Formats: sequence, C-alpha cells, structure tokens
Amino acid sequence: MTDSTPSSPDQVRKRAEKEAARRRRQGRSTGRRFRRGFLMLAYIVFVLLPIYWLVNMSLQTNSEILGELTLWPQSLTLANYAKIFTDPSWYMGYVNSITYVLMNMAISMSVALPAAYAFSRYRFIGDKHLFFWLLTNMMAPPAVFLLPYFQLYYTVGLFDTHIAVALAHCLFNIPLAVWILEGFMSSVPKEIDETAFIDGYSFPRFFVQVFIPMIRSGIGVTLFFLFMFSWVELLLARTLTSTEAQPIASVMTRTSTASGIDWGTLAAAGVLTIVPGIVVVFFVRHHIAKGFALGRT
Amino acid sequence: MSLILDGVTRKVASETHIDDVSLTLEPGSFNVLLGRTLAGKTSLMRLMAGLDQPTRGRILMQGEDVTGKGVRQRNVAMVYQQFINYPHQSVFDNIASPLKLARVAKSEIQRRVHEIAELLHIEGLLDRQPLELSGGQQQRTAMARALVKDADLVLFDEPLVNLDYKLREEFREELSALFARRDCIAVYATTEPAEALALGGNTAILHEGRLVQHGPTATVFRQPASLTAAEMFSEPPINVLEGRIRDGEVSFDDEVHFPLDEALAALDEGSYRFGVRPAHLAMQPRADDDLALDVKVELAEISGSETFLHVGNERMSLVAHLPGVHSFRVDEPITLYVPVHRLFVFDMDGKTLHVPPEAGDGGVRPPLPSSQQAPPASGEER
Repeated sequence: MTDSTPSSPDQVRKRAEKEAARRRRQGRSTGRRFRRGFLMLAYIVFVLLPIYWLVNMSLQTNSEILGELTLWPQSLTLANYAKIFTDPSWYMGYVNSITYVLMNMAISMSVALPAAYAFSRYRFIGDKHLFFWLLTNMMAPPAVFLLPYFQLYYTVGLFDTHIAVALAHCLFNIPLAVWILEGFMSSVPKEIDETAFIDGYSFPRFFVQVFIPMIRSGIGVTLFFLFMFSWVELLLARTLTSTEAQPIASVMTRTSTASGIDWGTLAAAGVLTIVPGIVVVFFVRHHIAKGFALGRT
Repeated sequence: MSLILDGVTRKVASETHIDDVSLTLEPGSFNVLLGRTLAGKTSLMRLMAGLDQPTRGRILMQGEDVTGKGVRQRNVAMVYQQFINYPHQSVFDNIASPLKLARVAKSEIQRRVHEIAELLHIEGLLDRQPLELSGGQQQRTAMARALVKDADLVLFDEPLVNLDYKLREEFREELSALFARRDCIAVYATTEPAEALALGGNTAILHEGRLVQHGPTATVFRQPASLTAAEMFSEPPINVLEGRIRDGEVSFDDEVHFPLDEALAALDEGSYRFGVRPAHLAMQPRADDDLALDVKVELAEISGSETFLHVGNERMSLVAHLPGVHSFRVDEPITLYVPVHRLFVFDMDGKTLHVPPEAGDGGVRPPLPSSQQAPPASGEER
C-alpha cells in the first residue's frame, strides 16, 4: 500500500472489504482456469494421446516399442510403412476396402437418388410407412443381420467377393442416403421440375442437367456419410470375406507371426486406415457445412 | 389458336378444386383469372398447362382434344409467383433452354434470346447467374424464358406478387405491350381487382372452384352477373344492404326508404339485396334524391390520399372509399349519402337484376387493392 493511510475506521473497513473481494475474485478465477485446464488435459490424454501413440509406434521398430517407454521415436524408421506398401497381403487389404466402399457408394447413390426423388415429389400409398421402415433398418446393429447374410451369400456364391460386402452395406447406407437426399430434394421447389417439363426437358435430362446440380451439396454430404459408414463397418465385411476381398481392418487382426505380434506394422496400418477418412473430410468439409444448412436436418 | 375448357372438373381426394368450368379463350386474347386465394386459379392454370389432368371434362386446343396429353406435348409456357430459374445456368442459358431443347439453330437462339432480353431490359445480365440478380430481374428472366419459345398458351400465375409495387406497375405496362404483338393466348392470374382492370383484356372471375363470370374486363366490372362477381371484382368489396320493395318504395329498414325510380320500377315487391360500391358513398349529398344513412364510425384507414371508412349501425355495416384524408373519431355519428341511381340490385340468391347506368363523372374508379398502393391512374382506359 503506497497510497495514504486510512484516516477513519469507516474507511479502514471499506478498504478491507475491497481487498477481500479482490482476493475472492482472484481465487475463483484461478480455480476456474485450473478446472478448464484439467478438462483439456483429460481430453488430450484420453482421446488424442492414443492417436499420437499410434503414429509414434508406427515410426518405431518393434524392439523399441517393446523396450523402454519412449515419448518419441528414438530410431526413426519408415520400415513399417514400407512393409505395408510392398507386401500384397497388406496393401491388398486397402485395395479391397476401397473397392467395396466405392462399389457401395455407387450402388447406394444410384438407388437412393430415384428413391429420394419419389419420396420427395410423389404421394403414394404407404409412402410414409415405407420411409419409416427404411429408417428402422439403420437402427438395428449389423450383427443382427450377420447370419442370414452369411448364409444367403454363401449359398449363391457371393461369399468372399467385393460385391457381397458392398451389397450388405447397402442395408444401412441406402436408407441413410435416401433420408439425407430426400431433405435436400424437398428444399428444391417443385415448380423447378414443372418449369423444366414445360420447357421441354425429358425426365432423365432434367434430372441430370438441372436437378442434380441443384442438390450438389446434398450429394456431397451423402457420399461422405456413405463412405464413412462403409469404411468403418467391420463385422459384416469380415464375416462375408475370407482372403480375396478381405478388408484392411480384418487384415490387421491377423498380425501374429512366429516372432510374436508385429506392433510397428500394425500401428502403421492403423495410421493408414485413418488417412482416407481425413482426406475425405478435408475435401468435403465446406460442402458439409453448406450442405447441412441447405437441407433439412 | 383457341383454348376451350369444356365442363372441366378436378377433384383431389374428396376435395373439389375445380368445379365444372367451361371457358373459351379466344386466339390472341389476354385473359385475367381473378379470384381470391384458394379460388382455384392455380389449379385451373395447371389444367390448362397439362401439369394436372381433369377428373372430368375436356380441354381443346385449336379444336384438338388435348385432355390426356402431358405438358411436354402441349406448347405452353408458365411463369410462377416464385422466381423459378435454373440456378446453375447463366441467364442466357436459362432463356435459351426451351429453344435448345427444341433444337433451334445456334444463331437463331442467339438472335431470339437477345431480342427477348432487350424487350425485358435484361440484355446486360445475360452472363450472370440468376441468384446474383434482384427479384425483379429474376422474374424478368423467368418471363423471358416463357416468352422466347413462342408458346400457344402463356400462363402467368400471380407473377408480380413478390415484387414491390413500383416494379409491378412497370411490369404491367410492359406486359400489355409485350402481348399486343403476339397471337398467343395469355392467361394471367391475380387476386387484385385493380390489376385486372389495369391489364384489360378479358376477365374470368373464379370463386371456390367455379367460374362466376367471364367477359371483357370492363364489362365484367360494370355489369357483374351476380353478387359474388361484384364482390370479387371490387376492393374493398361492394357493400350489400338487404332491403324490401313494397308499395312503390324501397326500404332498408323502417326509417330509410326512397321511392322507386323508373329504372327499378320493373321489380316486383319482395326482398332484395342492394349493392353500392364503396367509392359511390359520399359524405355530402351529390344529388337531391341521395339517401342519407345515419351510421357510426368503426374504423378509418387512411392511405396517403384516400380514406377507407368502415361504418355501421345496428342493421348494416359499410365501407366507404373517400378521396382525400379525413380523420374521424371512433363511434362518431356521421351521415353517409347513397346515390340511389347507382345501386345494383340482386335477388336473394345473388343474381343480378339491375345494373346502374354508366356514370358520367367516372364514378367507377378502379378500386384500390390495398392501402399502401397508389391508384393506377389510367387503369380505366386500359
């Protein structure tokens, strides 16, 4: 205190109160700051650290992984990645996964576009029930459908083919696509369709030249979700394949060799599995924000 | 090119949208469909275009039955209330699209698009995207697309509703000019009597899916065939007074009565409905035999240069359309004067029995559609 000393008891009390209030305020904000920091830290440790750990391990040798704890690679190596890109049993896993995901996206889109158009533009008997039923397909875990799919596809000779997985994933992807697209299509006024027919557009031509450009964002968002759900789905994909169409996630579970588990390669494979998702999100991130705003959500 | 609707009915589920409409549109005519919201204007246009099919009845274009034919088989064009353009094509491509689809030669497309764009004052915007344009420009684009293809039938479904009133006036004048040189049938739907009067041509009044009256606009306005027609084609709606004719006198109640003049002499004794246009009511007597009504003010709407005065007493409620700004207190007792020679007479079913003769002083001022609008000064002449 450099300022003048208080001259009356009243002033003394006032100043003391002020000082106390300041301390309380300071104490409170320190506590808040600490709590916020703690939450941030917890988030990083429990959610983000494992991802770093994965990247970290993928750049280490097996002996280093199994040796003492290191926070960053002591002997940086890309051998794990090299192995994945040179060994067909590894990289074919990615090829298989991408193949059936793309197939599924194509099938789902080509079915969902006309279906969503019908739901959005026409009233027909049972349309609402059908729409609801489609959505319920998404509500059951895929495991429920495992047995019938496996048996049926095995019987008709679809087992261990890409198309089998692509078709099985349509189970939840088509309803999803119809649902998203229907919202976007309904936001396009029906008068656009009519104007096009008045102008002389045939239906297919109108659909491709006028309508699809108008729901571009919706298609972008839909493709993103189709990719995501098909890419992460493991149960159906693993059950319906054995060697020819094995997805990468399935390959990753078979890394035990005579010399034990190949940790480094496994980690590298994990990193490479995350990458396509990041790439897709990067390209559609603007579309998604715009798309969600435009369509009915 | 003529269009004939023959007993056309359209039902959706159990609702009747269009009820037995028979209408003949002459080649090269400009037709206004007048009616309130839900009167069936849009439904009727969609039937004309072939976007919907009638439940009953036939549609003939140029003598050919086109009833079952879809919109692509008919040579029609349509402009909607919303500004409908293809958002991912430039204005030029928008306007050119009907021509491109009809496989018109490139140079011909260039010529016609530029011609129509010039007529509609959008020649400077051809490279833009429709969504970059203002509302008026977007609607001009839509109109250009409708007009460029030389359709036999051009339908306008309340195209000016979403535009501000200055633009509307401009548009209205241009429209008349645009159609003067064409021999297609134009059909224009509107809810506003003033717009119908401004556009001229023929007017068909629709009410609850039925055709009330069809004929030259001025005739329909001056000689409504029924009370409904008179009510539809007047804004504010025509005032209706219930009255009786007895012993050579017309009486609205025990106090207000006047002797039958020669024009009404032919009417039998009995109950009638008398109609008087809001614009014909006045605060001062204009003729010796004007009928005085003692009423109380309920509401005075003042819009710039005129006053809409809502008045009433125990038996009647009236709207007077007075020129100039007047201020009134609510419940103020006033006297309004009804010119007895300007009364319409309808029977109790609403059929017109007597139409007043034309007034020399331009008494049939076009009524105003809404309070914020200035009167289309030359509306009557067109």
